[in-house]
Amino acid sequence: METVFTRTPTLKDCATHYCPGCGHGIAHRLLAETIDELQIAPKTIGIAPVGCAVLAYDYLDVDMIEVAHGRAPAVATGIKRTNPDKIVFSYQGDGDLAAIGTAEIIHAAHRAEQLTVIFINNAIFGMTGGQMAPTTVLGQVTATSQQGRKAIGQGYPLQISELLAILPGTVYVERCALSSVAQIKKAKKAIKHAFELQIGGANGLSLVELLSPCPTYWRMTPVKAMQWIENEMTKVFPLGCLKNNQ
Amino acid sequence: MSEKKLICGNEAMAEAAIIAGLDAYFGYPITPQNEVTAYMSRRMPELDRVFVQCESELAAVNMVYGAVATGKRAMTSSSSPGISLMQEGISYLAGAELPAVIVNVMRGGPGLGNIAPSQADYFQATRGGGHGDYRTIVLAPANVQELADFMSLAFDLADQYRITVMVLADGILGQMMEPVILEKKEQRKLPPKDWALTGAKDRKQNIVRSLWLKDGVLEEINRKLQKKYKEIQKKEILCEEYEIENAEIIVVAYGIAARIAKGTVDKAKKEGIKVGLIRPITLWPFPAEQINRAADKAKVFLTVELSCGQMVEDVKLAVAGKAPVEFYGRSGGGVPSDGEIMKEIKQLAAKR
Repeated sequence: METVFTRTPTLKDCATHYCPGCGHGIAHRLLAETIDELQIAPKTIGIAPVGCAVLAYDYLDVDMIEVAHGRAPAVATGIKRTNPDKIVFSYQGDGDLAAIGTAEIIHAAHRAEQLTVIFINNAIFGMTGGQMAPTTVLGQVTATSQQGRKAIGQGYPLQISELLAILPGTVYVERCALSSVAQIKKAKKAIKHAFELQIGGANGLSLVELLSPCPTYWRMTPVKAMQWIENEMTKVFPLGCLKNNQ
Repeated sequence: MSEKKLICGNEAMAEAAIIAGLDAYFGYPITPQNEVTAYMSRRMPELDRVFVQCESELAAVNMVYGAVATGKRAMTSSSSPGISLMQEGISYLAGAELPAVIVNVMRGGPGLGNIAPSQADYFQATRGGGHGDYRTIVLAPANVQELADFMSLAFDLADQYRITVMVLADGILGQMMEPVILEKKEQRKLPPKDWALTGAKDRKQNIVRSLWLKDGVLEEINRKLQKKYKEIQKKEILCEEYEIENAEIIVVAYGIAARIAKGTVDKAKKEGIKVGLIRPITLWPFPAEQINRAADKAKVFLTVELSCGQMVEDVKLAVAGKAPVEFYGRSGGGVPSDGEIMKEIKQLAAKR
């Protein structure tokens, strides 16, 4: 019998701890497929964040390091500068990258570090129980914005990818969504492009933001969560390529 | 190789680290250790090695964390407020059992304090400083030559035990110029870094982590760490005992305070006072046994520090009630003079 489909080898054959309908599983799969298609698994070093994806090393079969909350771009800098022949990526959530680790991501981009960043934006802190994130949209109810996020006092949703795109040190910034088959295919293309840039020695940081569903803390069914990304999140976080220098 | 060079402590330490095989230096400017960052920024690229001026000490310690996780030799240096900021990273280094070297050229605190020499970070250095049950090895040089010599020792200890080694200097040692010999030291026999992140080629993936959620696992890891710390306490204590044979008064001091006190001890002996000096060189592990042994004969101990009294607590624990332990210290940038220490010694001698 002809084999027409197999599990991509970098994605380990095990159940994940992610909630039903969570986007991390899809993102992991796209990442693993990219690593395998580009045949870079033996020279890839990944960085797991603090947040729901902290155990990413249990699912991705490459050398990985767990780091302090938000510090992934600094750790990645330490790894890549001392190992320029390796392919280094960080996988970070919105709390990690856009709250506690804002300085590290901005400065890694500012120094034009040759890194690839996968940025999961689900507009909420998942691991700690659904608190407001910098990317939480206005009016969104969370554990720490129970009356709905208000701009005054709680701030506007932070469009950090737009911020990063204006820095000369980024070579590629694209925002995609994990909300439908069509969008997931686009996301895969973007992730692959981001890695290809690093492999090709592009002089700067490449980042793909993925709008990702969190049905548990959005208090929605998985299907509603996908719809909410397309109908609400994309209004604040418009999809598309923000920068592509290559 | 072995010619003497007149060079300041910060630069001597930087060059010594390079000689010891430093692959990468990550730093952020702070007084009084700015000569290190400046030196590294010039010298490391010359040698095709890595220098990064970071956005913060937090980033610096995390870049070290990344570099050492791949098996490289990396370090950072800073002064007190910057070291405070690094404590998060030091705790993670301990949890992930990574070998790192950090130099603290101590200045006055608390807060922004001042830029004058101090020894007020003793508690922070010897108690761990960050969260969790861990230790760092702390080396305390007393002159520029030692500051340089301790760099290769620090890297070897770090690699041997997969631990953070802190070299605890102060503003005087960093700034002072002295003739030093900078030469390659023989390296210890070190275990292979088979845990390092080098890419999972022809082997299973390596994971560097400090999160252990499964019931009982973290406790087991902590037991393993404690076993390692015990081994270090057994094997790696360094301490100078100076003229303590017939001493009735024993001065205990480390680093620059010990250097001042040594001169005073010589003078006091000439005046017929029976006084000696114990200088802890490793502050952790602390030479408690050596001090306890000396307490069998000595009548009184005098701890001298550039602080309001921190190491004195360890001296008291070591003496364990066998003799009184007195303290003299200056803080906030104050440095005890030879005369001040002499006055203390004479007062103690008069009471005998």
